[in-house]
Amino acid sequence: MELKIGHLYPDLMNLYGDRGNIIVLTRRCSWHGIKATVEEIRTGEEKRAAECDVVFIGGGQDREQKQVAWDLRDRQGPALRAAAADGVVILGICGGYQLLGHEFRTGTGEVLPGTGILDLVTVGGGKRLIGNIAVASDLLGGKTLVGFENHSGKTYLGEGAKPLGKVLAGYGNNGEDGTEGAYHRNVVGTYLHGSVLPKNPWLADYLLAKAVERRGGTLKLREIDDQLERTAHAAALHQVGLGGKMEN
Amino acid sequence: MSVGPRKQPPARGWFRENNVGVTFYHLGGCQTSGVNDGFDWRRFLALCLGKLTQGASRFLGRGGSSFPGRIILWVDPAFIRVMAGKMARGTLVVTGTNGKTTTAKLVASILGAKGWGVCRNGAGANLIGGLAAAFLNAANFWGKVRCQMALLEVDEATVPQATGELQPAAIAVTNFFRDQLDRYGELTNTVELVRRGLREAGPRTVLVLNADDPMVAGLGKGYPGPVLYYGVEEPTLGRREKERDAESPPCPNCGEQLAYTVTYYAHLGNYRCPACGWARPRPEVRLQRLRSEGSRGYALEMGTPQGTIRAKLPVPGFYNVYNALAATALVQICGVEPGLIVRGLEGFAASFGRMERLRVGGTQILLALVKNPVGFNQVLQAVLEDHGPKVILFLINDRYADGTDVSWLWDADLERLEGGAEFAGVIVGGLRAEDMAVRLKYAGWPPEAILMEHKPAQALERAIGLVPPGGIIYVLPTYTALLEIREVLQRRGWARPFWEES
Repeated sequence: MELKIGHLYPDLMNLYGDRGNIIVLTRRCSWHGIKATVEEIRTGEEKRAAECDVVFIGGGQDREQKQVAWDLRDRQGPALRAAAADGVVILGICGGYQLLGHEFRTGTGEVLPGTGILDLVTVGGGKRLIGNIAVASDLLGGKTLVGFENHSGKTYLGEGAKPLGKVLAGYGNNGEDGTEGAYHRNVVGTYLHGSVLPKNPWLADYLLAKAVERRGGTLKLREIDDQLERTAHAAALHQVGLGGKMEN
Repeated sequence: MSVGPRKQPPARGWFRENNVGVTFYHLGGCQTSGVNDGFDWRRFLALCLGKLTQGASRFLGRGGSSFPGRIILWVDPAFIRVMAGKMARGTLVVTGTNGKTTTAKLVASILGAKGWGVCRNGAGANLIGGLAAAFLNAANFWGKVRCQMALLEVDEATVPQATGELQPAAIAVTNFFRDQLDRYGELTNTVELVRRGLREAGPRTVLVLNADDPMVAGLGKGYPGPVLYYGVEEPTLGRREKERDAESPPCPNCGEQLAYTVTYYAHLGNYRCPACGWARPRPEVRLQRLRSEGSRGYALEMGTPQGTIRAKLPVPGFYNVYNALAATALVQICGVEPGLIVRGLEGFAASFGRMERLRVGGTQILLALVKNPVGFNQVLQAVLEDHGPKVILFLINDRYADGTDVSWLWDADLERLEGGAEFAGVIVGGLRAEDMAVRLKYAGWPPEAILMEHKPAQALERAIGLVPPGGIIYVLPTYTALLEIREVLQRRGWARPFWEES
């Protein structure tokens, strides 16, 4: 089995350790006996994200996010939408998550176009939502996710997207409705940095399993000794006052 | 504030024309006479309270390097302004993401060779309270100072406030890397903060800028006062191609992505804008040749307005070469003779936790602060250049001063340690020890080889137990973890308290 991981805009959308997610996806692939190749796709390039099995898009600073928003709309967008409909696994973090929605109305009144893959909109907020966060994930049968959020945009989900989970500690999508992240089919968006996948290996494996399944693979993911990851996850829960309460 | 007789500094380009005998006198150092020298009850009270809290704080074993300063400012908000006004030779400020502390200490070492009394915030307390505390240290109860000059490292976000108060003679900016994003927002904001600070300083202040960092060099564009640039002019030390990444900054002139002919590390290098033609300014202080001497440091040759300077820099890490250039550039404006610059550089002892070398029996400990990916990578590079027996100890905290988001560990290139085959042991400690352990696992270290010990004291014990005879323990702590491990070392008599550091 071979998986192609597309890293969209690694040069512009790579804030806060987003690279960690790519490291985790490739490492875990090799532990599962899957050969993984990473394809970096930059603005202006003709390489198609849609030819990948997993597409990752990270967060970026305002200026960079603006730059990729237009590239995403005009160049990668249509193919990426088709890919999403075809079941390609897509993970968007923070700024990348926002661009998976319909649009991002920034604090200065500017409107950045999104891909509309997830039914959600983001509006620039005044206060930056910063801090450790823990989420009970609906997608993963209630398993917890831990990370660090740092965003001023507030995201509101429409009918077509389900929240990735409920906020146990922190702010989440908008700090108002108690939701965090969003998913639809195999597309997942979240505000969690940390990086998110290292301390939540079940999310990494969920995404990989979906990618394998889409390729018609029968490969069963191997059990990996995640002792260290679990310890780190537990420590992060403990840090937000949820120590000992959650079991994964 | 009274202003003594001095020439108005000419505009930019001046250093090129006057390459010898530049003296500090030209450059707007504040004068002593007549500045609030009368007795001031408020100041007296502030100083008494400050010294009292400082004494108490040290008695309790804390450094007292900024809290007493905050007390003082509460009682006497004008304290910094007045004290800075008493510095006969003015104030030098060092700011930027990495290298502030080491650059300031290098300058202090050179000015020490010159024989000038310098008031410093040597322990790295670089917020406004720390600046006040530096002056508190230098003053007696009556507000009289022994120093002729203040040399202060200033946190980037504090620059606007600090420059307004200090009216510095010169400001050196080392570099801008991503650091502490959860505090300052994005990198461009940091640059804007510093730019705002330069406006507060006024046109007499000399800017000393790293020509190789376009975000820093861009500060010189349109600056009304004199600017002195430093940089590396030895392309064989760098890499030819520049991998594009988000840290390769836009042109400060037009916003287009810059093109590099060579990079030394991160986005430091020789660049030019393909769109508008804005390019790296030619530096007045430049590295011409460099020879590495392993863990003992470097031999370097610099071109300066005063001619060629050859010196040994007794500290490893290529980033310290940049610090030496910054220091050499900064003392140009003080009129320090080349011989004294050499003496100052060669007599340098690494500052608090910046490749600081300690000896415990037959074992050496090298303390190297890590606080952002670029700095982390540079430290790892220096560790890798040592092929002797060694143990590595990571102490990762996530308190406010460390940055509360530990994501940055994933941006550091731990993969270059190649799974730790070269190490006799690896220990992770600190509040986020688990995060570091996971990072190492994904960098290819066997999980069973990673020892976890949260408390710095115990973690150090483990390291001492593991290090082979004659080996080195590399301790890589974040900022607050550095304070903790330093305290452990000091309790055992292996290190001096940081407030006693020169």
